[in-house]
Amino acid sequence: MYVAVKGGETAIRNAHRLLANRRRGDPSVPSLTLEQIAEQLALACDRVMSEGSVYDRDLAALAIKQARGDLIEAIFLLRAYRTTLPRFGYSEPVDTAAMQVERRISATYKDLPGGQMLGPTFDYTHRLLDPALAGDEEVEAPESHESDETPVVRVSDILAREGLIENDGVSESEEIGDLTRTPMEFPMNRDTRLQALSRGDEGFLLALGYSTQRGYARSHPFAGEIRIGEVDVEFDVPELGFTVTLGRIRVTECQMVNQFQGSSKAPPQFTRGYGLVFGQSERKAMAMALCDRALRATELGEDIVAAAQDEEFVISHSDNVQATGFVEHLKLPHYVDFQAELDLVRRMRAEHAARRDSDSDSDSAMPEAAE
Amino acid sequence: MADNTAGNARQERLSTLASASSAELIELWDRAGIDSACEMVRGPEIGLVALRGRIGGGGALFNFGEATVTRATVRLENGAVGHSVALGRDRRKAKLIAILDALAQDPDMESKIDAEIVGPLKESLVVRDKKRRAETAATKVDFFTMVRGED
Repeated sequence: MYVAVKGGETAIRNAHRLLANRRRGDPSVPSLTLEQIAEQLALACDRVMSEGSVYDRDLAALAIKQARGDLIEAIFLLRAYRTTLPRFGYSEPVDTAAMQVERRISATYKDLPGGQMLGPTFDYTHRLLDPALAGDEEVEAPESHESDETPVVRVSDILAREGLIENDGVSESEEIGDLTRTPMEFPMNRDTRLQALSRGDEGFLLALGYSTQRGYARSHPFAGEIRIGEVDVEFDVPELGFTVTLGRIRVTECQMVNQFQGSSKAPPQFTRGYGLVFGQSERKAMAMALCDRALRATELGEDIVAAAQDEEFVISHSDNVQATGFVEHLKLPHYVDFQAELDLVRRMRAEHAARRDSDSDSDSAMPEAAE
Repeated sequence: MADNTAGNARQERLSTLASASSAELIELWDRAGIDSACEMVRGPEIGLVALRGRIGGGGALFNFGEATVTRATVRLENGAVGHSVALGRDRRKAKLIAILDALAQDPDMESKIDAEIVGPLKESLVVRDKKRRAETAATKVDFFTMVRGED
């Protein structure tokens, strides 16, 4: 059977030209600037940086513009770009206790050192569309209050004083897992799992986190603490022989606290799930923490009864660039495969018909399984 | 890690310069009238630094993503070599920082750079942080305990 192996160059070229035109939209409407995207669609940029796994606000804005607002496409663009860059090394661990906090809440303690600071949140808004935003009305300057310099203590440290919560733990192995350097292998250490979760798809992790709350893997979570703000990135520069600050990044950290009835491996106590993601990405950080806790089932001696506890299932399907690649590849020409299957189905149908005819001829009452 | 005062000063200077906004750095540079003649030894080149966190905030290390960085190394006519690494993809900023690092190895230039560039940049960062902290502080929740109907 003849199958075209070449062709379509002109069609592809013209399709890309059409795409560029449609991306631009109505030329009488001013083109978006990258500054506008970075400033006014800041949370979209945060998501692209987080799941693209590269912290660079300008690149995220460019990717969003190029992808016409399709965030998974933008994430794909950012991931592709990162493969073109050399890696200079690993940073020192960011110190979230020293964060310049822009939001910090706890659902477990009302009064805690440093207080509850709502920051720029959608919480308590009425979710009513605001027609005023259709225009360009001037926005009030934020209120300012004198701030005390009380250090914003981590909630997990408060609980730890009573010994009712597990501590931060120590490294399971000398080596720190890095998915970008070594292929995935199961079972996986928690460090590698967290790396995968931090760049995992928000929607997928959200759904899994939700499933744990609804009873698929018992979990009684409290948002022990969520904090958003800037942390210094420090890097040991070999030429200098000391560590310098490279600048700051904004991150969201979530400490989920879970009641735990104890098992053969651990006494009753509060256990923890951890979330750390780029930007102001609270929903993602919470979902990550819920999934992290669910995936610790084996470590804590819990029965694995639900999807969210199944490491291989969760981690293998959390990356939206891989997922979209495999799902969308179905669009590509499969003409040869399909011709082969077409032949196969024709043959099976012929055999099926022949068998039915012979069955009714011999009047056999013994049905046979398909071959 | 720095173990002497000169190292500490250099470390602090490089950290402030890297954290500063590019526009402000260029403005102060121009005002100080510093000569930018140098030989590029390396870069400015863009690359990635893998970012690490700690599980639970204080536990074992894990990698949670990467950030773009730009680094540069320059050599001045007098032989002084300067380095820089900063977040982002701003080649000009990386080059200027490396030149300042090299120039500051001369004590006279060091005080000029610290007074006219690093000092004002540090002050800007402090002002910005203070403003942000005050804006956040205004969203701090004050709880009132409701009086319960008990005799």
